[in-house]
Formats: sequence, structure tokens, C-alpha cells
Amino acid sequence: MSKDRIVRSFAAARAQGRAAFMPYVTLGYPSPAACLEVIEGLVEGGADLLELGIPFSDPLADGPVLQAAAQAALQAGTTWPRALDLLARVRALAPELPLVLLVYANTVHARGVERFAGEAAEAGADGVILPDWPPDEGGGLREALARAGLAAVGLVSPVSPVGRIAQIAAASQGFLYAVSVTGVTGERPRLSRELEPLVQRIRRASSLPVAAGFGISRPEDAAAAGRLCDGVIVGSALARRIAEAQGQNLGRLARQVAAAFREALEGGPRLAADGAGVPG
Amino acid sequence: MQHGITENVEHEGLLAAVQQALTTGETPDAGGHYGSFGGRFVPETLFPALVELEAAFREAVEDPAFHRELAGLLAAYVGRPTPVTEARRLSQAVGGARILLKREDLNHTGAHKINNALGQALLAKRMGKERITAETGAGQHGVATATAAALLGLECDVFMGARDMARQELNVFRMRLLGARVIPVEHGTATLKEAVNEAIRDWVARVRETHYCIGSAVGPHPYPWIVQRFQAIIGVEARRQVLQLTGRLPDAVVACVGGGSNAIGIFSGFLDDGEVALVGVEAGGRGLQPGAHAASLVAGRPGVLHGSRSYLLQDEDGQVQEAHSVSAGLDYPGVGPEHAWLKEQGRAQYVAVSDTEALEAFRALARLEGIVPALESAHAVAYAARLAATLSPEAVVLVNLSGRGDKDVAEVARLLGGEGGEP
Repeated sequence: MSKDRIVRSFAAARAQGRAAFMPYVTLGYPSPAACLEVIEGLVEGGADLLELGIPFSDPLADGPVLQAAAQAALQAGTTWPRALDLLARVRALAPELPLVLLVYANTVHARGVERFAGEAAEAGADGVILPDWPPDEGGGLREALARAGLAAVGLVSPVSPVGRIAQIAAASQGFLYAVSVTGVTGERPRLSRELEPLVQRIRRASSLPVAAGFGISRPEDAAAAGRLCDGVIVGSALARRIAEAQGQNLGRLARQVAAAFREALEGGPRLAADGAGVPG
Repeated sequence: MQHGITENVEHEGLLAAVQQALTTGETPDAGGHYGSFGGRFVPETLFPALVELEAAFREAVEDPAFHRELAGLLAAYVGRPTPVTEARRLSQAVGGARILLKREDLNHTGAHKINNALGQALLAKRMGKERITAETGAGQHGVATATAAALLGLECDVFMGARDMARQELNVFRMRLLGARVIPVEHGTATLKEAVNEAIRDWVARVRETHYCIGSAVGPHPYPWIVQRFQAIIGVEARRQVLQLTGRLPDAVVACVGGGSNAIGIFSGFLDDGEVALVGVEAGGRGLQPGAHAASLVAGRPGVLHGSRSYLLQDEDGQVQEAHSVSAGLDYPGVGPEHAWLKEQGRAQYVAVSDTEALEAFRALARLEGIVPALESAHAVAYAARLAATLSPEAVVLVNLSGRGDKDVAEVARLLGGEGGEP
């Protein structure tokens, strides 16, 4: 089962007493070729898991930076077949790294759930995050993902009641995505105060590892989130650096960014909020 | 609770119509599905808000005080019931069936949009929300929401594509005059689709204090259902009026479809009358090639946009395609899920009318009836004229004249030249 990679990755980070570093990259951004350089740099810099976004024309959960990244990736010709090809290359580059796709509902719908799941698994994905396909909308999606051996990663938000968190957790595998803000993706001046109570509610409802994302901009915020969670997702902060790179070597830039976040996560002792969060 | 304006007003007839409208039409399943369409494809942050909204709506539908408040405002503020006008000279010119116009253009603010905006603003008050937001294409829904917000003392922000702001300047000014903030949406196509995206993102960020007042029968459940119920007053009134005027039901009911709120409103009154044909008219733009039209039911296929599954203009990968219409209010690549279902069931049929035909109908109605229709509604008039020509003089075609064309006069002058197409 390919989702074993996810389980092993959280376990390994945990054994080192830290949260996993999980950078987000829009596939095909800034171009299909350059995105591979970025990914290589992230892997060298110590990424524990990669979240790979399939660019979509109407990304409702994304703020301006990731909207622009998706638009640029689409303009650069990142079709679904091209994205699959990139995914397969990343898999070849990092055979043991867990790769989780961030996919909007219509991308899945356009292929059909079976075909989507089969193609994603074959190209090397371990799991799928669906920001706008809640478990309430069946459509055979979760069954198709399970048949393909893909983890379905659910998202919970600061406004999700405990009962709903339990429902989402029951439909999830691999880890749970804790959306740290009420809002869309994008950098924030500081770590959301809503994250800690959210993680506490999640721990009561589920024993899945918890990864925090949305609005985690700086290594020190990642370190703070890492003290609460099992993984930390960084997206817009990285995409902004790429957008501002202006001819810099993107591989090196990505490696530096990754190393800085990774170092921050390794920095302090982990004030584990738990005993919970046992991978599995 | 009850708004002051309603207190000394007689509106018994309208109260009964409102009560009937709030229970008229299809009811989706518990998850908001019409067959395989609809649903709640939204970021998790919005899910609890949708559940809260549905509960508030269900409660309001059962609450006689809400019925009285809404009926009072519709009577004394909006000016309902709107009349049905027989378009004699148009019928004559076309040579065929009698054409009747349901005059939603005579509503306060100039279109059917106010029926829904007021209903939702009242719901927002009931839920204790202090801020109301809206997306707008042509500006009619934005104006209606800004109006309802002014009346009820709510803060109001309207998201509007920058391109639409340029072609609907007058409505932008009206919204600001009414105290709303108009927020330009610059990216992507800078039209209605992007305005909806931005309104949804704003709602995700400020969901606790905000009610997002969707203007069409689109979006995640319960929106398509709520909008249908608030617009069903059109169909409830029209059915009774046509019966009174002609002693029979119409042969066909024709309405334009962008997202589909005015169409679903008038269709609702006739859904159970199997002998009445229901025809939705989409924007055929410059032709049915990608990027040239907005006819999602005629030329699209099922997909997921803005929280629900319905017909959609999209490429092979599911990327949403740009829509085009001369009318900003129809310039939308999706459509309400109940329409998708009515199409699949064969209960309604959907056709497309080009920019050119719509402009011709715009002029024809002005000259023959002294009514300047909204460009959106002109699409329905164009198809109704085409249909009427094929029917006998005893036949009756009812058109939903969803809005008036004041907002479009400048744009039409630009398109046709300053003479408005003087012969």
C-alpha cells in the first residue's frame, strides 16, 4: 500500500522528536521544468512529505499567491497528463518520499473518480487532499481512492464542531489536515491563535497524525505549530519566494527555504500535545 | 421583529402568495441534491455555515411572523404583485401566439433580484449577522442586496468583476449611493465567475459575522433551494394572473437563464402543469464555440463549480472556460443545479439565443411595447417571439421579463451606435 510511505514518514519525524516538514508546490509552477528544480531543492533541504497541487482555474480555498501560481502553471501548459508526468518524475527522484496531491473537485470529476484514482496512483501518489469535496459528497470517490491504495486526507477547520471532526477523521487516512485559520491560503503576520484549540479538539476525536497548514509563513511560526502538531505545511511562503526569485537558481532557493524550516522544526524540544497522534 | 414599513399595509393576498411560494417547487434531498446535481462541494470552513443557514431557513419557512414580514416588504416596498402585461403589438408583429409579459422589471430596483435579496437579508438578520455580501454581474443583484442592506441596517460589500464594473457603471454608482462598498475583482476573466470566487473566499475568511447573499439559484446547498423559494413568488403570481387574463394556462413559459434564478422562480409555479412547456433561454453569444457563449446547459457538460454539481463550460481537464455574453448578467459558465436536473428529466428544455438576436429583441420591445427590457430578459423575449411565430393565435406564451434595461442603455448605444439603431 502506497500510503505506508505517509505512515513511515510521520513515524520517522516523530522518532526524531519533531514535526514533519511538508512543503506545498503547485505542479507546473513557475513552469513544468522549473518546478522539478524546486522540488529537488526541497527534497535536498529536508522535506518529509510533499504536497503537490494540481492547478485549477477556480481554486476557492486559495489566496492570491497560490491563485497566481495555479494560473501561471496553467498558462505554462500544465494539463492533467502533464501534471501526471511531473508526478511520475518526482516519484522517480524520491522513491521513498510520500507524495500527496491537492486536487479540486472538478479535476477529479472531469476524469471520473475511478480513472482519476488509478492514474494518480500509477504515477506515484500516496494520497489525495480534496479541499472542496467533503465526505458528505460521496460519488464513489473515497471507495475509488481506497481501491487504488490512496489515502484520503480530510481537512478540518477552526469552525468544525467536534462531531464533524470525528466524521471527517473517520473518512480519512494518513493524516488530518488542520486548517489553522478561518480563511484561504496565504501568509499571515503570525501563527493563528485558533490552531491550538483546533488541535485539541482534533486530538479528542482522532488518533491520526495532524498536519497544520494555511497561514504558516515563517520558520518560527512553523516551529510553534510543530510543537502542537505532527506535521507543518508551508505553501504560499514558498510560492512567494519563487515568484520573487527573478533569475535566482530555484533549486538552491528551495533548498535554503526547506533547510530553514526544517532547522526550525528540529530546534526546540517538542512540547507534545499528546500521546495521541500515533501514526496509523 | 417586524419591520415598521409593513405595519399599516394591507397585503392579505400577497401573504397567501408568499406562503404558497415558500412551499412551492422541488425539494432537494437532505444533502441538497436534485438527482445527481447540487450538493455541497465547499471548503470545510463553510460547511457549518451552510448547516446553520439551512436551519435558519427551515425555521423561517415555518414562522408566520417571517411570512408577514416578507409579504409586507414585498407589497409596500418592492411593489408586488407585479402585473402581467399582454404584448399585443409584439404578438401582432410576430404573427402567432399571444405573448404575455410577467413584469419583474417593475419591481423596486428594476429586476426580480430584490425578491431574493430581501428574503436573504431578513434571514441574515434572524441569524444575527451584521454584514452581508454579494457577487454581481450586471449589477442588479448587487443593487438589490445593497438596497436590502440599507433598508435593514446591514453592512454590505459587493464583489464585482472589473470588466463588469466598466460596462455597468451606472449600477456601480447606485450601489455606492446605497452605502455599499463595491470591491473590484481584477483577476481571471474579471467577470461574474471571478466575483463569485472572491465572494466565497471572503465568506471563508469572515464566516462568523457574514451572510453571503448569493444572487442566483447556484452555489452549495441550501442556496439553490433558498433562492428558488424566494423567487417562486413570480410563478405563483403569474399562474393566477394568466388564468385570470386568458382563462387557461400558458402553452409555454419562457425565461432567460444565466445562473437561473428568474427562470426557476417562474418555472416553479408551473412545474406540476405537465402541459405547460418550460423553456430556459441561455446566452448564445457569438456562437457555440468555446469562449464565445454562456450556454452551459446547451453546450456544456456536468462538473463542479462554486459548490455544486451542475452543467458547466469546461475543457477536457475540467478547467472552467470563459463565458461570453453581451449581457453581463448571463455571462457565467455555470448554471443552477435544479435546471440541470429539469433538463435531465426532460421537464424543461434549454435553448440559446445569440447576442444579435437579443439586441434585436431589445429594440423590438422598446418600439412595439414601450418597454426597454434588460439585455438578459431580451434573450427570453427573442426566443418567445421565435416560438410564438410557430404557434396558433389562440396559444399563449408567457415571458418572464426579469428586469428593465435602463442599466443597459449606455452599453447598447455603444454597440448599436448613438441612434439606438434608428432605421
